[in-house]
Amino acid sequence: MSVRSRLNLVIVQALIISLMLALTGRLFYLQVAAGLKYQDAALSIQSRDVVNPAIRGAIVDSSGIPLAMDRPGMVISVDRSIVDKLPDEGSAVIARVAKLVGKSPESVYISTRLCGEIKTTQNLGCWKGTRFQPIPVTRTATKEQALKVLENSDLFPGITALSVPVRSYPSMAGENAAHVLGYVGSVSEDDLLDSDKSYFREETIGKDGLEFQYDEYLRGRAGIKTVIVDRKESVTKQAISTQPVSGFNLVTNLDARLQAATETALQSSVLRAKSLGGRADGGAAIVMDVNSGKILALASYPTYDPNIWQVGLTQKQANNLFSESSGVPALNRPLQGMYAPASTFKSVSVVAAMNAGYNMNATYKCPAKVLIGNRDFANFESKSQGTISMKRAIAVSCDTIWYQIAYDEWVRDGGLFPKSGLNDYFFTAARGFGIGKITGIDLPSEASGRLPDRAWKERIYAENKDFYCNFKTRAKKSDLTPFLIEVARENCLDGNILRAGDAVNFSIGQGDTLLTPIQMTQLYAAIANGGTIYKPQVARAIVKPNGDIVKEFLPEVVATNVLSKKSTKFLHEALRAVVTEGTAAGAFPAFPVAVSGKTGTAEDKGRNKDGSAKADTAWFASFAPADNPKYVVVMVVSQGGFGSSISAVGAKDIWTALFGVVGGKVDPTQEIFPNGVPSKLPKVDPKNAKLVKP
Amino acid sequence: MSIYSQRKRRDRFRENFGKFDRILSFSVGALLIIGTLLVYAATRNWFAAQGLDPEYYLKRHVVNILIGGLLAYLTTLIDYRLLRAYTPIVWGLAVLGLIIVLIPGLGSEINGSKAWISFPGGFQIQPAELAKIAIIVGISMILAEKRDKDANPTDQDVLKALAIAAVPIVLILVQPDLGTVVIIGAAILAIIGTSGAPTRWVVGLLILAVIGGFVAVQTGVVDKYQVARLQSFVDPTADPQATGYQLRQSRITIGSGGIIGKGLFNGPQTNGRFVPEQQTDFIFTVAGEELGFLGSGFILLCYTLFFLRAFAIARRTNDLFGRLVCVGVIAWFAFQTFENIGMTMGLVPMTGVPLPFISYGGSSMFANLIGLGLIQNVHLRTR
Repeated sequence: MSVRSRLNLVIVQALIISLMLALTGRLFYLQVAAGLKYQDAALSIQSRDVVNPAIRGAIVDSSGIPLAMDRPGMVISVDRSIVDKLPDEGSAVIARVAKLVGKSPESVYISTRLCGEIKTTQNLGCWKGTRFQPIPVTRTATKEQALKVLENSDLFPGITALSVPVRSYPSMAGENAAHVLGYVGSVSEDDLLDSDKSYFREETIGKDGLEFQYDEYLRGRAGIKTVIVDRKESVTKQAISTQPVSGFNLVTNLDARLQAATETALQSSVLRAKSLGGRADGGAAIVMDVNSGKILALASYPTYDPNIWQVGLTQKQANNLFSESSGVPALNRPLQGMYAPASTFKSVSVVAAMNAGYNMNATYKCPAKVLIGNRDFANFESKSQGTISMKRAIAVSCDTIWYQIAYDEWVRDGGLFPKSGLNDYFFTAARGFGIGKITGIDLPSEASGRLPDRAWKERIYAENKDFYCNFKTRAKKSDLTPFLIEVARENCLDGNILRAGDAVNFSIGQGDTLLTPIQMTQLYAAIANGGTIYKPQVARAIVKPNGDIVKEFLPEVVATNVLSKKSTKFLHEALRAVVTEGTAAGAFPAFPVAVSGKTGTAEDKGRNKDGSAKADTAWFASFAPADNPKYVVVMVVSQGGFGSSISAVGAKDIWTALFGVVGGKVDPTQEIFPNGVPSKLPKVDPKNAKLVKP
Repeated sequence: MSIYSQRKRRDRFRENFGKFDRILSFSVGALLIIGTLLVYAATRNWFAAQGLDPEYYLKRHVVNILIGGLLAYLTTLIDYRLLRAYTPIVWGLAVLGLIIVLIPGLGSEINGSKAWISFPGGFQIQPAELAKIAIIVGISMILAEKRDKDANPTDQDVLKALAIAAVPIVLILVQPDLGTVVIIGAAILAIIGTSGAPTRWVVGLLILAVIGGFVAVQTGVVDKYQVARLQSFVDPTADPQATGYQLRQSRITIGSGGIIGKGLFNGPQTNGRFVPEQQTDFIFTVAGEELGFLGSGFILLCYTLFFLRAFAIARRTNDLFGRLVCVGVIAWFAFQTFENIGMTMGLVPMTGVPLPFISYGGSSMFANLIGLGLIQNVHLRTR
């Protein structure tokens, strides 16, 4: 045998041993060096978390009446892992289920597809979860429908019927409260990406209102069942399981009966305004405890049925919620509606005038109109009231007195050339009441209103200067009228300057001033209680299902002594006079409760969609009893017309319910809070709560 | 039964089996036992879940081993030098089989390769496995047949040997089964190298193989399916659902076994059937997951031991033919092992070759055990 043969044999042997060494090295890398990484990868391939949602806590009123609670619902769902394997890929079963629950086969088909499975243009209502859990077709199936599914499993392969918690709104007192309660919905993709919140895809979470605000307490903790699946996604083993923990209950300061009465009063005010030929496109009504900021009722009109979110919002319903023609029911007007306060603002002007040294006991001329610069500023209804006391001026809502005072003060502050060390009594007083700032109510998406002071003017000027200075090229053709061109020219030159007209308009709550109804409520509560500003508070406490208190919400003071004793005294007298002899007297004939208040009829310079000028905003802000105020009631009807005939009458309905006024007398048995606003926490037992009729 | 007859039987057993190389027998025996357990582990859950006999594959695998064992034993009975006489018959049968698989209706296509002949009753044979033996024995015979004992094979001998190999190789390429061609090529190279043939042949054939592979891919002689496998090796995400998925799952399954493994029958990846074809081409993933580094390392050790021992036998024999057969069989097993295990670990591109002595599959098991029989035969006849 040749040497070459022997040598080559050694080479072949070395080559082959090196192959084996290469394999061993690679094996070592995979299993030892990178073993942990691959173990994690394997686990994520094999394990699936199935979420068992917790029972969501109830929201109850101050006496324990449930406003929102989970009730057992029946869900009919489709198990894709079974249905997909049918010869026709489940189309017959899907059609049968659709017929059973009264939906179209197409909609059921789409609702059982993963969102990635169908074209984005057609995937409205697609399933946002995973394939490994039953996909619900309806949550509100009847027992009969469920039985049909369960008894005919041959006709319904892969279809299950299960009882699940469904959010419901018992409406025991007839209340709606859709805006304050908010609603719940499925976790969205954005929520999941929010690393601060550890949501599960299958969870139901609060989306708006109290459901959103206190979601972390209400939601509870979902139970997680981790299962090991095989390649075909069938479960081979259950690994870990945690039980769901029920959410906590939320006790609110609301009263279901008062909420219902407030909603009814608001609705009838809107309808009354409409019957008088008004447009009346919406409104708000709020009842608050003046000595704590507890929100007792909060109503928004128009409203909607909160149950639509749970049954499954149709596209039509969703559009309706935000459509102008139906009045944008989704808008929470008490917090998000901003309206010029008009004469209700005179209470603030009184404080400004007193600070400026005006004598409230003196008499003032109330002419029909006042010439400011080259413009006439007229009284409402352009009527002269002669020379009257300041109290009378508030009662009859004289404007011209305020024009004169505001103009004089504007001149004293330097007029068009403001001095240093401005007094700005009117802005200062408004700021003192917190106007232009959110109230801090414990509900989402509150608007801040607007305080059009000098700083605001500067800011707006900076933003719009460019537009006004190039008005002829920027504006729409229809806006190029000689008047508007002149206005634009002035705004371009010195739009940052507070003019006399601005100061005068501000004193009567017109011009650019905007308040939300909740800000008005906070303002009048401070007037009623003598100068303490409370943060409006809907929540009273968070309690565990067993009754233990998790968290109590005590009254929060935002500011104190915003009113002097003197101004409180004068305002109480003057505002009482509004109801006894002034603009609201017609709304409260022989009313047994001493109500004080102020009407407001605000011009709105805006235009409706059809181009018509907007009608006046009707305000009434009130408190009672006059000598020892407990509650504040505010109502506003947008484009409602007169504050006196629309909102004051509506507020009277609320006062009637609150104090139990029957046949011109207070009937203590009919009073909502015969012993005052509840200070003790109620027993929370939503299932067995009984409504006490006042 | 008398004590005498018992002893007589024991002596006969020793006579028949005792002369075999023990290390060779032990390492193959260990691989066969482990393989049986792994085939069972890979299929029991899967079949049980479908309501079928969980021992279906186990039983058939054991039958394959028994038949293979018998074939191996038969291979050792006649002096391997006399086997030369049968070589043309084996070669002819292999080529015939390779032609039959290509005929539509007779051959059956599995995974894009026309490599099997189906018989009634679900029985299939793979002629390429037979071809490996025919080629190894055939070219060893030609290269060892020399007029002068110490002379090296001439260019003419090498050309003759290549001609014998070329026919089955072309037929296998047409199937196409690139993995088997590579294994046969490696065995041929090892045999020619060891035969003492001029070195230029070894170098030249290596260069030819590289160019040939490149041209094959470029001109499209190689099926799209083969190209896809190659691409997914370079970029496993290119085709996540098919080939790349398989390779990724395979690697994860092996890696997740860690040092000690999940325990036999306890691999969640295996029981979940995340790796396709796990009882055949991807059987090493079961070992990786359930037996861990210790168990899989032991398998590699068994192969290494087998190769070292077989090399020792090759060195010890003075007969060039016997040596070349040994080297051919070693190269065959070693390359097939490397291709298979390397594929499951993402070290080499995906090819569809079974793991010797472990994968489920009759033809491959028979061929492997006959290969073992050949080496034992050389060992038995070495004085």
